[in-house]
Amino acid sequence: MRGRSRRIVWAGLAVVVAVAVPQTAWWDLNHTVFAQAVVSGLLIGGVYSLVAMGLSLVFGVLDIINFAHGALMTITIYVSYLLFQNYGVDPYVSLVVTIPLMFVVGVGIQRFAINPVMDAPVHNQLLLTLGIAIIIENLALVLFTGTPRSIELAYARNEFDLGVVTLDFPLRVFGAVVSLPKLIAFLVALLLAGVLYLLIQRTQLGAAIRASAQEPEGAELVGIDVRRIYMITFGIGAACVGAAGSLVLPFLFVAPTAGATFTIIAFVVVVLGGMGSIPGALVGGLVIGLTQELTQLFVPGAKFLGVFIVFLAVLLFRPEGIFGKAGR
Amino acid sequence: MIRLRRIAAASSRDLLILLGVVAVLALVPLGVSRFTLSVATVALIFGLAGIGWNVLSGFAGQFSFGHAAYFGLGAYTVAVTFTKYSISPWLGLVLGGMVAAIFGLLTGWISFRFGLKGAYFALATFALAELLRLTFNKFDYVGAGVGIPIPLAGGDSWGSLRFENTPAIRYFVALGLVALGTLAVIIIKRSRVGNRMLAVREDEDAAASLGINPLRAKLVAIAVSGFITAVAGGYYAMFLMFVDPDLAFGPFISVAILLRPIVGGVGTIWGPVVGAAILSVLGEVTRSLVRDPPSFLQVIEGVNGLDQVMFGLILVVVIIRAPDGVIGLFRRFRKRSSQ
Repeated sequence: MRGRSRRIVWAGLAVVVAVAVPQTAWWDLNHTVFAQAVVSGLLIGGVYSLVAMGLSLVFGVLDIINFAHGALMTITIYVSYLLFQNYGVDPYVSLVVTIPLMFVVGVGIQRFAINPVMDAPVHNQLLLTLGIAIIIENLALVLFTGTPRSIELAYARNEFDLGVVTLDFPLRVFGAVVSLPKLIAFLVALLLAGVLYLLIQRTQLGAAIRASAQEPEGAELVGIDVRRIYMITFGIGAACVGAAGSLVLPFLFVAPTAGATFTIIAFVVVVLGGMGSIPGALVGGLVIGLTQELTQLFVPGAKFLGVFIVFLAVLLFRPEGIFGKAGR
Repeated sequence: MIRLRRIAAASSRDLLILLGVVAVLALVPLGVSRFTLSVATVALIFGLAGIGWNVLSGFAGQFSFGHAAYFGLGAYTVAVTFTKYSISPWLGLVLGGMVAAIFGLLTGWISFRFGLKGAYFALATFALAELLRLTFNKFDYVGAGVGIPIPLAGGDSWGSLRFENTPAIRYFVALGLVALGTLAVIIIKRSRVGNRMLAVREDEDAAASLGINPLRAKLVAIAVSGFITAVAGGYYAMFLMFVDPDLAFGPFISVAILLRPIVGGVGTIWGPVVGAAILSVLGEVTRSLVRDPPSFLQVIEGVNGLDQVMFGLILVVVIIRAPDGVIGLFRRFRKRSSQ
C-alpha cells in the first residue's frame, strides 16, 4: 500500500515536471547567466551550510526545532555592524568577538529557557524558540528601527597579488562574477565546517556530544553531565550563526529580519543533509544554494519555490536525509 | 438525531457557557470606539482560525505550523469568487472551506501516508503554506504579488457581507461565526469522531489495535480543521476588503493562528476563545501604552515593535510556566484548592 501511494506521488511529480520544463525555455539560456547562477548558488550555499551546521547540531543532539536560529544571526549581524560603524572594526576581525559572544548567548538561552522544557512535547520547544525569535527581532526593531543599512568594504574591489597570480576583484570565472566578500564567506564557512567536524569527531567533548545525542540516559550513566552538554551544544550552534552573521554582513542588508530567512533555509538544509550530520549540512547547503539560484533562473522572483519543493520531496521520500541513517 | 440529543445532554454545561459567552460578547459594541470594535472583530476572526487549528493540533495531536495555508485559501476563494464571478461571500465562505478541506485531505493523505509526524509534520505544513504564498505571488489570475482589492459597497449590504456604515454588524457576524465554530467543536469533541481523534493523539498504535483507523481519524481532523480556519480567512478578506499573498499565507499568519489556542489551552474547547481575548486585551494595552505612555515611560512613545516584544515574552512565559495554557493553569489551581 505504501508502495502504491509512493508511485502515485512520483507520477504526480513527473506530470508537474513534464508540464513545467517545456514552459521554461532553458535551452535559450545564455551560458554566462547559467555560470553566474551556479557560482552564486555555490557561494551562498557555503553560508547556508555554516548556518545549517549549527542548527543540525541542535536538532540532532537536543532534538528541538530551534526557530530562534536566524534571530541569533540577526544579533551578530548588528553587533558586527555596530563594531564596523562605530569603531571601524573589519567584519572578519569582529569574528573573534561574535563567535564567543554567541556561544555565551546560546549557553544562556539553553540554560534559562530551553532546559526547563526539555521534556515537554516537541511543539512547545518550537514555540519557545519562536517566542525568543520574536523578542530578538522586535527588540532589534525597537533599538535600530526597520531601516535597512549596509556597509561597503574598502578593499572589496582591489587587486590582490598572490605572487603566482594576481586576483582582480570582482573576479570572473567562466564569465560569472565572484565578489570578494562572498568568496571569503564561502571559504571561511568551509574552514569552520572542517573545524566543527574535527571537534565533533575527534575530541572528547565531541564524543560526549555524540553520546548525549544517541543515548542520553546511557551518557548520564557513564558520568556525562547531559544538561551541560546540551548547553555547550546550543552554544556551539549559536556560535556557528554568530560566525555566519559576521561573514554575510558585507553583502547583506542589515535589518531586524535579516537572519529570519536563514532559519527556514537552514531547516531545509538540515532535513536534506540528515539531522546531526556535519557533512550532510555542508552538502545540503551547497545543494540548496544551487537549487535557489537555478530556480531563480527559470522562474524569476521565486527562488524559494524550488527550495520548498525539494524540502517537501525530501520530507516525504527520505526524511532521514542524504547522510542520515535510514529507518526512523 | 438520537446521537445529537445525547451529545447535547452530555455537553449541556458547555452549551450553557457558549450561550453566556455569546451574550456577554454581544454587549461589546455598546461601549467601545469604532477602532476598538475592529480590534475585537479581528480577535474573533483569529479566534475562529485558532478553533480550526485546535481540531487538528489539539484534538488529533498533529501539530500544524502552516495553518495560513487554509486561512489563505479561504481568503482567496472568497475574494476570487466575489470579484470575478459575483458569487455571494456567504457562499464563498462555504466554498473556501471546501477548497481548504480538499487541500487538507490531499496534502494530509500524502503526509500521513508517508508517516510524517511531530516535528517533520510541522515543517511540512510550514513548507506547504510557503509554497502557496510563493505560487500565489506569481499567479496573475489571483493578482500575483499585488493581491485582490474588494470594491467598496458604499453602505451596508447583507448579501455581499460588507458593512461600512455599521461596524457593529461586522462584529456580530464574526461573533456568530465563532459561536458556530465553537458549537461544531463541542459536537465533535463529544462524538465518536472526536473520541477517535483523541485516541490517535494519545497513542496511535493502541488506537489502531482497538480497530480505529488512525489515517481516517487524522484526515477527518485535517478537513474539519481546514474548513473552519478557511471560513475565518474568508471573512478576514471581507473585513479587510483586500487580500494579498502575505496577508493570506504569510508565516506570521500561521503563528497568529496557533498563538491563541496555545495561550488559552491546546485541546480544550474554550482555549482559542480565551487566548484570543487575553491576547487582544494585552495587545491593546501595550499599543495604548506606546501611543500615550505615562510620564516615567516617556521614552517608549511611538516606538515600533514593543507590542510584538510583549507577545514574544508572553509566549516564552506561557510555554515555560503554563504549558497547558491559561485554562490548564486554572484547572491545576482548582484541583489544588479542592484538595
